[in-house]
Amino acid sequence: MPELIVYGIVLGSIIALGAIGLTLVYGILRFANFAHGDLLTTGAYIALFLVTGLFPWLGIPDTTFGSLSFGWRMALAFPIAMVCVAMASILFDRILYRPLRKKRSGPVIMAMSALGASFIIRMIVLILWGADSLFYRPGVLRPAIELPLEIKIRPDQILILLTVLSLVVILYLFLQRTKMGKAMRATADNIELARVSGIDTERVIIWTWGIGGALAAAGGVLYGIDVQLHPYMGWNFLLPLFAATILGGIGNMYGALIGGLIMGVAQQVSTAYLLPTYKPAIAFIVMILILLFRPRGIFGGRRA
Amino acid sequence: MMVLEVRNLTSGYGETDILQDVSMKLDENEIVSIIGPNGAGKSTLLKTIFGILKPRQGFVRLQDEEITGLSPDRIVRKGMSYVPQVDNVFPSLTIQENLEMGAFVRTDDYRDRLQEMYDLFPLLKDRRNQKVGNLSGGQRQMVAMGRALMLDPKVLLLDEPSASLAPMLVEMIFEKIVDINKTGVAIVVVEQNARETLKISNRGCVLSMGRKVFEDTGKAILENEEVGKLYLGG
Repeated sequence: MPELIVYGIVLGSIIALGAIGLTLVYGILRFANFAHGDLLTTGAYIALFLVTGLFPWLGIPDTTFGSLSFGWRMALAFPIAMVCVAMASILFDRILYRPLRKKRSGPVIMAMSALGASFIIRMIVLILWGADSLFYRPGVLRPAIELPLEIKIRPDQILILLTVLSLVVILYLFLQRTKMGKAMRATADNIELARVSGIDTERVIIWTWGIGGALAAAGGVLYGIDVQLHPYMGWNFLLPLFAATILGGIGNMYGALIGGLIMGVAQQVSTAYLLPTYKPAIAFIVMILILLFRPRGIFGGRRA
Repeated sequence: MMVLEVRNLTSGYGETDILQDVSMKLDENEIVSIIGPNGAGKSTLLKTIFGILKPRQGFVRLQDEEITGLSPDRIVRKGMSYVPQVDNVFPSLTIQENLEMGAFVRTDDYRDRLQEMYDLFPLLKDRRNQKVGNLSGGQRQMVAMGRALMLDPKVLLLDEPSASLAPMLVEMIFEKIVDINKTGVAIVVVEQNARETLKISNRGCVLSMGRKVFEDTGKAILENEEVGKLYLGG
């Protein structure tokens, strides 16, 4: 059981990365981005292309760091994938969502076009890489480290937790200390007042998509390192992402973080009693139970 | 010298004209109040002046520059700020952060201005790291005005600053408006609280059914029995 909780925290931290991006976009644009899960997929496959395609061709050596399963190739691919997906999400906003916003399209139309975008992304991944599960580094799993309470954890998983932790700290400092970060929070609070104050809300929106995309890419790559890559990986994450977002209070970044961890732990712990196929159902049962008592999520926020 | 001129303004939402052919002006260091019954078009007038609504006819001129049809974020850079009646603060931000957001377009060092705001609203200084969402109505109104003043505007537009405040606070807010005016800011204030507002106003415009029906000095309107009976509630 303690081991399942630890695995749940690893999975939850990945869900949290996606949920934070989802909640930031929702907070500012009031828009349920059904394509957000597929941004995780995009990030994971961009990193795969770099690690197994471009970098070997460039002659970057296939090393590994200590007892981790990856080395320089992944260390380089990770930030590049984040930047690429950040740019892709900004591009999607410019060519798809922004024109719809200008036409004052309703939430249903926005959500449906996001759904359409998610299909397009997934099909492109399927065409380019096929429908099979892939790995960044095929082969034997690295030996696990034994912790007290019979917890076996792989070095990769420890690094995943540390990576998520540092990304969250960086994002926290950005939102609390920088001018753009404060403007993002202000815009999420009240976009009309932000405009009236002279805040360039279009620039805020670009930053929001960029950050949301980058975090999603990070989540996707980390999941790829921890488990495997699959064209439907992001799509399968979508339900827990939304559950985590709603659970934490929509628009609340810190809530999304906690919501993600709860989702991850609930799903992993459930596998001790149920078939893993029921994992998504568990996520929803937990969400419904919490919302029954805290309709605005654990930490409050906007109504779902 | 005239800092704001509104000429023959017609505007509204969708197909309906709320505001019809309204003209007014604001001189330097003046307070002009816009009064009249509910639905007279007072807030619509402010929103149109500030570019939130696009006028169908007429023009708005700020310090000899035509600003008709400009967006609010452009107008705010030209020296006019606006405090909406509701939702006029960022509740999840601290007092200090709210003021910083008011200075968003400034790239210079605005710490002096911040200090001036805390001098103007001393109550806010001790609580500057508190979230605005936890403040009382009167304190929020001060934050809202402080936010709007961070750019050191020539003209300030206030939409019902005393709405939903306790009587004691209403008096305090009106004192603050006079204080702000003394620092060289010309003010257009829309109010339900007509008598109190006229006392501090140089001039007043009475709006009814979207048209300007009367204009005079604040004192003269207060003494005018007919206007009093029709528009100031007896």
